[in-house]
Amino acid sequence: MFSKFLTVVVIIFLSLISYGQKEGMALIKGGQYIPLYGTDSNIVKVQDFYIDQYPVTNAEYVKFLEDNPKWRKSNVIALYADGNYLRHFKDDLNLKDGELENAPMTNVSYFAAKKYCECQGKRLPTLDEWEYVGMADEKDADARTKDEYNKFILSWYEKPNSYNQEIGSTFENYWGVYDMHGLVWEWTQDFNSVLISGESRSDVDGGNDLFCGGAALGSSDLMNYAAFMRYAFRGSVKANYSIRNLGFRCAKSIN
Amino acid sequence: MQFIKKLLIFPLRDNTLCLVLYRNLKTNMMIDSQIKRKLRSLASLSLLVGAVSFSSCSGGSDQKSGISKTNPEDIKVVSEMVAELTAPPFVPKSTADRAATKLIVDMEIIEETGTMASGVEYVYWTFGGTVPGSFIRTKVGDEVEFHLKNHPDNKLPHNIDLHAVNGPGGGAVSSFVAPGHEIVFQFKTLNPGLYVYHCATAPVGMHIANGMYGLILVEPEEGLPPVDKEYYVMQGDFYTKGKYGEAGLQPFDMQKAIDEEADYVVFNGSVGALSGDDALTAKVGETVRIYFGNGGPNLVSSFHVIGEIFDRVTVEGGSLVNENVQTTLVPAGGAAMVEFKVDVPGELVLVDHSIFRAFNKGALGILNVTGPENKQIYSGTIQEGIYLPEGGTIQSMPVEDDQPAKEAVEMTKAEKMEMGKKLYGSTCFACHQANGEGIENAFPPLANADYLNEDVDRAIDIVLRGKSGEITVNGKKYNSVMTAQNLTDEEVAAVMTYIYNSWGNNGTEVTTEMVKKVRK
Repeated sequence: MFSKFLTVVVIIFLSLISYGQKEGMALIKGGQYIPLYGTDSNIVKVQDFYIDQYPVTNAEYVKFLEDNPKWRKSNVIALYADGNYLRHFKDDLNLKDGELENAPMTNVSYFAAKKYCECQGKRLPTLDEWEYVGMADEKDADARTKDEYNKFILSWYEKPNSYNQEIGSTFENYWGVYDMHGLVWEWTQDFNSVLISGESRSDVDGGNDLFCGGAALGSSDLMNYAAFMRYAFRGSVKANYSIRNLGFRCAKSIN
Repeated sequence: MQFIKKLLIFPLRDNTLCLVLYRNLKTNMMIDSQIKRKLRSLASLSLLVGAVSFSSCSGGSDQKSGISKTNPEDIKVVSEMVAELTAPPFVPKSTADRAATKLIVDMEIIEETGTMASGVEYVYWTFGGTVPGSFIRTKVGDEVEFHLKNHPDNKLPHNIDLHAVNGPGGGAVSSFVAPGHEIVFQFKTLNPGLYVYHCATAPVGMHIANGMYGLILVEPEEGLPPVDKEYYVMQGDFYTKGKYGEAGLQPFDMQKAIDEEADYVVFNGSVGALSGDDALTAKVGETVRIYFGNGGPNLVSSFHVIGEIFDRVTVEGGSLVNENVQTTLVPAGGAAMVEFKVDVPGELVLVDHSIFRAFNKGALGILNVTGPENKQIYSGTIQEGIYLPEGGTIQSMPVEDDQPAKEAVEMTKAEKMEMGKKLYGSTCFACHQANGEGIENAFPPLANADYLNEDVDRAIDIVLRGKSGEITVNGKKYNSVMTAQNLTDEEVAAVMTYIYNSWGNNGTEVTTEMVKKVRK
């Protein structure tokens, strides 16, 4: 009798712990939306999940490197990370002078980012999950039609060197998540699932099967421009690329 | 005697015609042998001349249409060289002295902050660190190996569309490159001409608006004819959050770009890029060629050089040549070559003749010409003098008071009326009208005018010294300016007598004495 009671207590305790141990993560209530590439009949559904409140920082990644020598600059396999990997480090474990510890970690490849998240018991967010969280501004869960929101994003695209700022320096959105826009681009689990040919003038050709509803992009919508540039960026990268303005954050599913 | 009988016409192998004079000596052999010889030589000479003149019609290169002797696709490339890229306003040297080659072009994309106007900063996206981007000079038949490099500190992916490329996207499909990476593709130049290149990554308008454009020249096989000075100028329109001249780092304004409301329209990326120390130069007598491009993104240019005429314009950068052109239309995403010889010294001003763009948005550049004057072509100011538009009355500069006093003989009233009428018709009529009715709200009437009739001396004073300020005539207010009239005392007396004795006025006769008194 007592053992049964104990089991129940332990189960409750463990489940409480597993929920409570999402420190640094925000709970995102699932929902549905039409993404840039979707149409009315192609709504995307997102389940409840957790996402890091901040992008992963230089300091956090250094800890990962201490525990995982295989991912240090001198050891990493070229297949998993190209020549730009950790370019802002002066050696395997130390940043160059002038780099901030609490700036978002960049110059990491998709493979490195994925491995980092796995080591935390997490994963990279999917493209749909990332866009779902990204469409929020300070007040609204879906701010995509708001002028101010789009103008903020567009003006970030031309601000030089925004990567060397501390996390939390842009804005906190509706979900309590910081820096979805204004700091760095971010890797997603399936970044290349929506293909853009690079010839963006023919990308709006409605006949392109991989880009459903592409005809809708003929519009002069500011919203489309702001989002389109993220898709264009994702379309230009390969998994082993390391880029100065590209970082990541982790996510976690709810069982 | 019939000695030229037949005219044979038959085609030669290369489709030219050969006329042959066929001499037929029919009967009488009593023809002088000298004539025979002469005829024979005449026939062979005309055959020769005919053959030569007809054969030169085909097979040679047609300079006007720019069609090359060889099919460009078949031009063989034997060597390889690295292209010399130049920053505006200069261009690389001519390709006339070399054969078609494999040309390696190394183009780097840099996103950087620059100065748009005094106190105004802008984030430019550039090919080669300049707006417009580096000038690429090729020759027809070249095989260009294009290396596009995206600097690692850049935020965005880019690509390139060169209008000289025959292929999808003008190369854009094959040159999409992320920051910190390089991509290579190759194309063969088949068409001579002056072409625009620009970035074509989404949103295309924004990439172009931020300065990602330049020119690539494909010279014909023999190269372009040499000139003394060659320059590279490219127009572009810019859209900023703040209005023209507003200080600080100005972000790009997408809505204004969509609405095509440009804040800046400039040559070579910024206001004043071609003035002051950066002005273009030339010497009197030199021939100048400007490779002029228009990156847009939106506006068409009406390119004109104040003080010069384009001797030759290659319309739209193609093979059609126009001559003696004042202003040429250059489409957005297009180009033109203009050539002119400078004849006299001075400042020539390059403008977009949609003129508010030149004076209010920055579409203005300077070409300084130095050297000896040529007064016959342009004399400069010869003379200046005074011009007063007051009808037939002679106006003159004030004279010194050394004229001997004339013996005054007063005219009769009739004489005054006659003279006065003439004077009125040449001096007063323009404003006060034929019957003294004046013009409503502008010039007061003289017909039955209370203001006139009230005070003769005041009226005389007005004719002598003019009047400004508000007056009321016949109940209506007038606030205009009447100029002083340069008339002699006799003339004033005459015309005023005429006025006072016309149109219902009070019939006063004005004497020279009265005028003299008021004049003092």
